[in-house]
Amino acid sequence: MKKSEEKPRPKGRPKKTRRERMTTLIMQAPMTIWAALFIIAPFCLLAFMSFMTKGPLGSIQYTPTLDNYKEILNPVYADVIKQSLVVAGWTTTLTILMGYPLAGFIAKVKSKTSSLLTILLMLPLWVSGLVVLYSFVILLNNSGIINTILMKLHLLKEPLALLYNNFAIVVGMIYMFLPFAVLPMYSSIEKLDPGLIEASKDLGAGPVKTFCKVTLPLTSPGVFAAIILTFIPCIGYYMVTDMLGGGTSLMIGNLIYRQFTISRNWPFGAALSVVLAVIIFLMVFIYTKLGGDLDDLGA
Amino acid sequence: MKKKKIINGLHKTYVLLLFLFFYAPVAVMILFSFNTSKANVVWQGFTTKWYLKLMGDSELWGIFGTTVLIAVLTTIFASVVGTMGAIGYKKSKGKLAKLITNSTYFPIVIPEIVLAVALFMIFNTSGFSLGIPAIVIGNTTICLPYVYITVKSRLVGMEPSIEEASLDLGADRIYTLFHITIPQIMPGIVSGAFMAFSLSLDELIITSFLADAGTTTLPMKVYSMMKKGISPEINALATVIFTVSILCVVIYLAVDGIRTIKAVKARKKPRDL
Repeated sequence: MKKSEEKPRPKGRPKKTRRERMTTLIMQAPMTIWAALFIIAPFCLLAFMSFMTKGPLGSIQYTPTLDNYKEILNPVYADVIKQSLVVAGWTTTLTILMGYPLAGFIAKVKSKTSSLLTILLMLPLWVSGLVVLYSFVILLNNSGIINTILMKLHLLKEPLALLYNNFAIVVGMIYMFLPFAVLPMYSSIEKLDPGLIEASKDLGAGPVKTFCKVTLPLTSPGVFAAIILTFIPCIGYYMVTDMLGGGTSLMIGNLIYRQFTISRNWPFGAALSVVLAVIIFLMVFIYTKLGGDLDDLGA
Repeated sequence: MKKKKIINGLHKTYVLLLFLFFYAPVAVMILFSFNTSKANVVWQGFTTKWYLKLMGDSELWGIFGTTVLIAVLTTIFASVVGTMGAIGYKKSKGKLAKLITNSTYFPIVIPEIVLAVALFMIFNTSGFSLGIPAIVIGNTTICLPYVYITVKSRLVGMEPSIEEASLDLGADRIYTLFHITIPQIMPGIVSGAFMAFSLSLDELIITSFLADAGTTTLPMKVYSMMKKGISPEINALATVIFTVSILCVVIYLAVDGIRTIKAVKARKKPRDL
């Protein structure tokens, strides 16, 4: 430090290095402390807890064990894992299939219209996701709006069971996550060079071939970002499952929630969380290896 | 050409249908705020009594106040910490810097419940009492990456020579920061703050894990009512919030429109400079 100060430096900027370093350190401090205390430390504790033993009445005995992880393999939970994968899988697939054409449309129109469409898309969720979601209970129940209309039109004799099943859960999940999934797909479609598509067409490829060989591969980072943005929260959103699944079907999110409320088994809840986190880190790792940018997940 | 027109028409219809899917539940929400039935699952009759009840409902407004207070505090913390972090870590490339910046992304890529559980356990084992401060910390933690990312992307797009010019002309770091850097990254800070505010208003999972017995936020209240049916009064409140948000959007668009018109007019005039 001392030595660098003695070096000759350009006029007009005395002691630049030291002051600059100080400013940088001051700017870094809040986020460093925040990340250390509220992100890194909690995750370390989570990992630590997952190896502890559950004591009586929800207490924790600090004797290391692998039982919590063995417990996850218990066939009782196989259904929960299967249910989570089915719901998250359907939601993600449908969200991408429904969202991609919408993203394409938003990228196609004038920039004023596209920002208006984006605002309109997010608006219903600003208010209160839960209250709007509850509308699906009103819409889908046996004497609900959809069933009433279909029966009045004599299209149905018996009401369709639309609520309290996987269909309702998936509809609710799509509703919650599609707006967020559209954004990264939109930004990657917008970045696409239209010249490439014309070139493909000029060279004799039809619209389907152009889409499969040019458009889709070039917009795949956006699609993958959308997959992550749908699949991950979908597994953890226990409220949607509770509200529209009627509390009969459990997902991993519900199971974790129960370990901290009804069952009071923190170590098992921690182990479930760690497994979930590891799976998701693998997904994100693949995403970044495929050339995806983490920043696309936040905007 | 005709084929293209048909495809365009289909595309438009599809988008319209999708927006119908998005706004049908909102329409139902508004309609059922005028429902006479308290269980609010089936339509019974028209009334405005829930709006009257809402006006005098000090408990619900108290809950709403708590929710807004948490959202405001969260927005302030997330904006300050995220902006400072984005500026501070702009040029850092060390291992430790990588660890900090990468861990900032955790809250977006990890399901909320995992973060909620982790924070809940650390507050419990360290003896930090749950309640509004804990909720604000939790909400700030999930909102932080959004501010960090939006600000960072503005910083990356910034012309570095402007900052250098300011320093060369004798301005110190602090002056340059407040007069050059921050004005340029302001749109990033604003959109990050906006994101943080709206996320925090609707946050349920982290909040319910970190709340003490005396703290209730609006999403928590709604969730607790879910089993018995959400009262139309909540629909009325949500309708009011929705109307206010729409008004904000309309005002924003109007101001933006006026600005564009002014800019076009200004461009037509010969330049005095």
